[in-house]
Amino acid sequence: MRKSMTDRTYYGLVYLITILAVVVTLYPFIYVISISLSSVSSIDKQLVTLFPVEFTLEGYKMVLQYPEIWTSYYNTIWYTVVGTTLNIFATCLAAFPLSRARFFLRRKLNFFIAFTMYFSGGLIPLYMLITTLGLYNSRWVMVLPVLVITFNVMICRSAFESIPNEIFESASLDGAHDITMLFRIAVPIVKPTLAVLTLYYAVFHWNNFFSALLYLGKQDLQPLQIFLRRVLIMASPEIMQKMGGGTATSALAISTLQVRYVSIVVSILPIIMFYPFIQRYFVKGITLGAVKG
Amino acid sequence: MVKSKFSNLLMLIKRDKYLLLMFLPIFLYYFVFMYLPMPGILIAFQDFIPGKGLFGGEWVGLKWFVQFAESRYFWRLLRNTFLLAFYPLLFGFSIPILFAICVVEIKNRTFKRFAQTITYLPHFISTVVIAGMIINFLSPTDGIVNTLIAKLGMEKINFMMEPGWFRTIFTSSDIWQSFGFSSIIYIAAIMSIDPEIYDSGKIDGVNKFQELWHLTLPSIKPTIVILLLLSLGGVMNVGFEKVYLLYNGATYETADVLSTYVYRMGIEGQNFGIATAIGLFNSLITFLLVFSANWLTRRATNMSLW
Repeated sequence: MRKSMTDRTYYGLVYLITILAVVVTLYPFIYVISISLSSVSSIDKQLVTLFPVEFTLEGYKMVLQYPEIWTSYYNTIWYTVVGTTLNIFATCLAAFPLSRARFFLRRKLNFFIAFTMYFSGGLIPLYMLITTLGLYNSRWVMVLPVLVITFNVMICRSAFESIPNEIFESASLDGAHDITMLFRIAVPIVKPTLAVLTLYYAVFHWNNFFSALLYLGKQDLQPLQIFLRRVLIMASPEIMQKMGGGTATSALAISTLQVRYVSIVVSILPIIMFYPFIQRYFVKGITLGAVKG
Repeated sequence: MVKSKFSNLLMLIKRDKYLLLMFLPIFLYYFVFMYLPMPGILIAFQDFIPGKGLFGGEWVGLKWFVQFAESRYFWRLLRNTFLLAFYPLLFGFSIPILFAICVVEIKNRTFKRFAQTITYLPHFISTVVIAGMIINFLSPTDGIVNTLIAKLGMEKINFMMEPGWFRTIFTSSDIWQSFGFSSIIYIAAIMSIDPEIYDSGKIDGVNKFQELWHLTLPSIKPTIVILLLLSLGGVMNVGFEKVYLLYNGATYETADVLSTYVYRMGIEGQNFGIATAIGLFNSLITFLLVFSANWLTRRATNMSLW
């Protein structure tokens, strides 16, 4: 069966639009990576447009010498690991009781948490509370105020609800109580959902900038995102000079350009590396959120 | 009677003691970090004095609200907040739909997967990095965009300092970052269309364009309507971070929004009263819009999202 002219035009357009979308998305990243790997003189002559010119790792050497990037990297990993672990544990503790049909406070507590999705005290009252609690300039401020995200609790609750009740009933006859049921029976069954939530929480912590901006004034507690803001957006000259070391002043501007692009690559590298493997889980997560009537 | 009710409750507590125990830390979390700040809203009606507590200041009624409504920034903030949420919706809403329609038609599985992987990626990149890339690409000294402009023999543009460019930059980068990820839900919707309707179309000899217009689009219409209504609900709720990272004193005219103004007044300027009042004003509008959007969605589709 031969395709008609119109149908071929249709498929032509389909491929054209898709390729265009890929190129537009990909090019900025390729450009950033190429600048980070090119020699300073070729960047200076504006020779880099697509691939690295005169491949070198000098830029990376320069950036990785700077102690502040190590401190902030360590902090971000700390916030992500501790935060995500607590998130998943707490999300299960929240979702399981809310999923049990016989739990006598189920409706009341569901409303108790859902209400906060629509109404909150706002920025200033929360800020004042956190300062009063003594959490300002404490590591825990990056973790405790977002112990769970309500929307994720609801995703987890739906997953628990979809487990057939007979499984719990037979376990109950064997004498298991609710805590055993949660960790021995329910958690293993909803593992795929928990994988998705782990990824959502982890990306949230890795990228969290706002909490650090508000509550972390001390430099040795600040995460990568605050460091990046200084390098990329405020382009603080003192950082640039420290990193650029003893380079001549004319080359300084160019090497700081490279420093900025290297910092981008270094900070998004973990996401870019893990992302292709976990992408299918993200997709699953979206549909999970969408079908939970 | 009272006694039996009480003993009944005791029995329930005893039966569900482990569930209660489980939920206890969660209850404390919500109580401290979500409910405890709520009375802080009273600051919006006071001449708040730091250190004197929530009831230490003098009650001033609606003074801060009136002062804000009369300030010369009122309309500017309202307009900017609305436009920076509305433009991405106006110019960007149809793009994920178009992209989803194209992606599902790709026959080569490897390329299809590759296209999806790449276009979802920007969603997971932090706002700081996105804003940093924008500022550095557009920089008049060493940004690639201005280098290109200079090569073409035109005059360089200091994009980030021009109020006239802010909305364009904000909107286009927003679409760039989100179109791929937003397409997931449409791809799922298209994939779940019953293939039989296409078979009957083939018998009638429709071409691919007609198939798209008469079969695919009507089938995903409910999804489109729900997502459109939901985004309309968020139209006074523009993200703080990206505006904060992209704007500067030179572009306040088109860039300053309610949330950034609250931050400057409250956190930087320590004017807690008026900042809380403006924050409350903003969340009331947002609440109203979300609520009406949800109501409309329910009316339109007989189902609600929450």
